[in-house]
Amino acid sequence: MNIYAVRAMYAFEMARTARTLMQSIVAPVISTSLYFIVFGSAIGSRMPTVGGVSYGAFIVPGLIMLSLLTQSISNASFGIYFPKFTGTIYELLSAPVSTLEIVVSYVGAAATKSIILGLIILATATLFVPLRVDHPLWMLAFLFLTAVTFSLVGFIIGIWANGFEKLQVVPLVIVTPLTFLGGSFYSIGMLPPFWRTVALFNPVVYLISGFRWSFYGVAEVGVGISLIVTLAFFLVSLIIVGWIFKTGYRLKT
Amino acid sequence: MRVHGQSETDGMTYSYMQTILKIDNLSKVYASGFQALKSVNLDIHKGEIFALLGPNGAGKTTLISIVCGIANASTGSVMVDGYDIRRNYRAARSLIGLVPQELTTDAFASVWATVSFSRGLFNKPPDPDHIEKVLKSLSLWDKRRNKVITLSGGMKRRLLIAKALAHEPRILFLDEPTAGVDVDLRRDMWKLVRGLRESGVTVILTTHYINEAEEMADRIGVMRAGELILVKDKVELMQDLGKKRLSLLLQDPLRQIPKELSMYPLELSPDGSELTYTYDTQAERMSIVGFINRLGDMGIEVRDLRTTQSSLEDIFVNLVKE
Repeated sequence: MNIYAVRAMYAFEMARTARTLMQSIVAPVISTSLYFIVFGSAIGSRMPTVGGVSYGAFIVPGLIMLSLLTQSISNASFGIYFPKFTGTIYELLSAPVSTLEIVVSYVGAAATKSIILGLIILATATLFVPLRVDHPLWMLAFLFLTAVTFSLVGFIIGIWANGFEKLQVVPLVIVTPLTFLGGSFYSIGMLPPFWRTVALFNPVVYLISGFRWSFYGVAEVGVGISLIVTLAFFLVSLIIVGWIFKTGYRLKT
Repeated sequence: MRVHGQSETDGMTYSYMQTILKIDNLSKVYASGFQALKSVNLDIHKGEIFALLGPNGAGKTTLISIVCGIANASTGSVMVDGYDIRRNYRAARSLIGLVPQELTTDAFASVWATVSFSRGLFNKPPDPDHIEKVLKSLSLWDKRRNKVITLSGGMKRRLLIAKALAHEPRILFLDEPTAGVDVDLRRDMWKLVRGLRESGVTVILTTHYINEAEEMADRIGVMRAGELILVKDKVELMQDLGKKRLSLLLQDPLRQIPKELSMYPLELSPDGSELTYTYDTQAERMSIVGFINRLGDMGIEVRDLRTTQSSLEDIFVNLVKE
């Protein structure tokens, strides 16, 4: 592996985060804090417990996942789309770097930012609600796997997009609804049977369920299934990225 | 290292020079069906400055893009110092630096950061001394902490060259390097390119400025509609295709060209005071002497005379017109 090249790409992307600290870190933290205030404190104080967990604490994993998913996609898609938009992609394509190195660097940087953000939100959450993490290693594993997987998805979107509108459309029209309907703010057990079955086709349900299990030891679906679905998502994304670089789809003419 | 003999298009000057870039039967058909390159063959010699000329849409940038890995070839092969650009892309690309036509730079990074990034991207360990040398050679040292967005167009052009030189390439592609650059800066760039050649770097440039090619290139290739229609040593090209014009200012104006001179390629100015004789530089010199003697025999007195030689621009215009 071309270590200097990977380091250069990763560092350059991380430097971009530092330059855009407001959008990258501060803005999601503020919006998540607002969720805690509105849902956790204001509404949550009038809600019963869910699976023995206070509503405010119950929504924490879902909120972290919501930010993790949207930010991973946004970071990675913008990270690769921007060089395409400005034309600086020529440098990446003409460099002696492999697909793997490009993906490791760009997706790695996007995932790093998301993980940092997830941990910051977690720390912020402790200011609003009492929290416990029963399985911290699994929590980190789900955090890592989800961040990497959705950064890959973002990377694919960034390559596919040929305009800023397309860059926004997938996160807004697909990912955010899936996350909201994936049990961020409720247990899918609260849904009527038909909608509960429909919800099981939403992959985000498995991510949030597994992640929530690592906090409170309770899950909507088996943690093993959550892990398998997350890994499957990861592999599919990886295969698509590999195909993109092999064919030069939307990268090379 | 491959050593090759005299190629079909070359003169003796470049016989037995090392080939650093070998392009064989390269074709490119875009998804739209447009054929940008038609079976291009080209050998670039180590250490030369090669100018690729051609009108817009001739295929110059497509050719460079394929060699550099930005576009995929439809058919054909490219070898860079013996390395295939597909099978040994790492080795091939690490030898190449590319200065693109468009001013595409990271707007918000600093000059130092973006040039250092380019070096790292080509898997070279950090070398602040080299980056400093490059920035100084391009008069960008004072701007090293500035964000790219604050630079003028000319500085951005130099920055792109700095980025391309950051990893110490052996082959440098300059795609329209002096487009939109003022005369002083253009001359600075010519100086820089000559300096690079002296340090052993092979330079391939595309340009619309014929005088740039005339000034700098060792060899010239002309592209037209995706075909490389000519590759020649610049001096030979000028000699072979250049025309000389002998203008004679007459003591007494002529009303028309005398019949006795009809065998010569002559033009008479509208006022009849200037007779122009056009001839190939390879032409029999004695015919000129014969022509002047003939004028004397006919009593046509010459007040003054001057000769001019066609520029590369004239040659280029004639070639792409054909």
